[in-house]
Amino acid sequence: MIKITYIEHNGTQRVVDVEEGISLMEAAVSNLVPGIDGDCGGVCACATCHVFVDDAWLAKLAPMESMEDAMLNLAEGRDANSRLACQIKATPELDGLVLRTPIGQH
Amino acid sequence: MTETALILGGGQAGAQAANSLRQEGFAGRIVLIGAEPLLPYQRPPLSKAFLAGELPEERLLIKPEAFYRQADIEPALGVAATALDVQARQLSLDDGRRLAFDQLLLATGGRPRPLDCPGADHPRLRYLRTVADVEHLRRHFHAGARLVIIGAGYIGLEVAAVAAKHGLRVTVLEAAPRALARVTSPEVSEFFQRIHAEAGVEIRCNTGVARIEGSADLARVITGDGVALDADLVLAGIGLLPNVELAQSAGIACDNGILVDELGNTSTPGVLAAGDCANHPNAIYGCRLRLESVHNAIEQAKTAAATMAGKHKPYAQVPWFWSDQYDIKLQTAGINRGYDRVVVRGDPATRSFAVFYLLGQRLLAVDAINRPAEFIAARTLIPRQATVDTARLADDAVPVKDLLA
Repeated sequence: MIKITYIEHNGTQRVVDVEEGISLMEAAVSNLVPGIDGDCGGVCACATCHVFVDDAWLAKLAPMESMEDAMLNLAEGRDANSRLACQIKATPELDGLVLRTPIGQH
Repeated sequence: MTETALILGGGQAGAQAANSLRQEGFAGRIVLIGAEPLLPYQRPPLSKAFLAGELPEERLLIKPEAFYRQADIEPALGVAATALDVQARQLSLDDGRRLAFDQLLLATGGRPRPLDCPGADHPRLRYLRTVADVEHLRRHFHAGARLVIIGAGYIGLEVAAVAAKHGLRVTVLEAAPRALARVTSPEVSEFFQRIHAEAGVEIRCNTGVARIEGSADLARVITGDGVALDADLVLAGIGLLPNVELAQSAGIACDNGILVDELGNTSTPGVLAAGDCANHPNAIYGCRLRLESVHNAIEQAKTAAATMAGKHKPYAQVPWFWSDQYDIKLQTAGINRGYDRVVVRGDPATRSFAVFYLLGQRLLAVDAINRPAEFIAARTLIPRQATVDTARLADDAVPVKDLLA
């Protein structure tokens, strides 16, 4: 299992065990992590799984595809470390990854 | 006494409403009643990844079981409503229960429009709306099998794409002169017809179905022009009928769906409606709309839940929708109804272009094919109801962000 730490906007931290290949959006929803909606089910169509990836982990992620990059413009408060959690699949290299969830999705 | 909110319908709208009711601070009892035996699940993957076998059933759930426990939402699954008494404020279920309510949300969704021709009860003719439907389809969804799809709408074309990838031999019959005729422009229809033809899918337009014959394990589809097509499996995807009968029999006003106001209220106080079954007044388009989309289900459910919790969150959304076929992502924003011109941006031959729909110089809608930036720009531009410069819209050299200026 790959451990992912979700930090809510109010500072609450949750460590979730994620199976390899499962997206960090799906892992959040199925583990009741607030602040991530995932309305489209993870096909990069809605931009309701916006997260901020801890800077230390950003470079370890596969680079964004153009669809994700464009869709992120729908997210409120996009920053340099913004990603859509549905597009990040858990891999052993991401064990320990830390990300922050916004107060809510658009 | 504790207030009771009943949510009738365990689909996307029902699940969202239950969730949003708690988020809005509703402290009473919430019962979520679903006709299917499963907790609310996502329907879009049914014609895509779930049909393809790439997504197990448990991963379809909108929320895990623990969510309903934690939020103190009582699911009542595998039960249907038989009668609604709005005077006595009671809902009767087919398991014999009668539930009293203070507020009721009708999130009853819709059902596939049945094929109306002789032989429509053939065992190899199926529809696609539920997990159970897909499980039936899958029994004959094998490489080499002959699949006839009736209706070149989104369901039909999405299934055609999955089937072609799985090696089925696919023929699509469409009564209209082109695919997706009801929802899109000739430019977009032509594109999807070409994409499917390249994948080996045969789409026959101007072709209705006269009848279905054949034995129990072979369907023979006889087209309107007398051609016989043998099929191991037939899928009809010819639209959705909103489930309004319960509301109608209770005297609630319906007209192509259950009529609601901008807060989700029906004509009967304390009874609301949301999702595919609801027909709402759309402020952006100045007309009533009944939409069949995940986005609409979610947003109408949020609006209705807020109303039920004593808050005021009028529905004011630009409709949007997506469809995935092969490597193509179509994203639609707005409703193109009544458009009088189209502006094409980009070259369809590159499999990346956008078709904007205008009435005069006002932007009504966009179909963006592998063009998320145009989709997003349209979502910003449409509610402004401002005039747009069509020359700039058509010019792919003008950056999308400059279209918003």
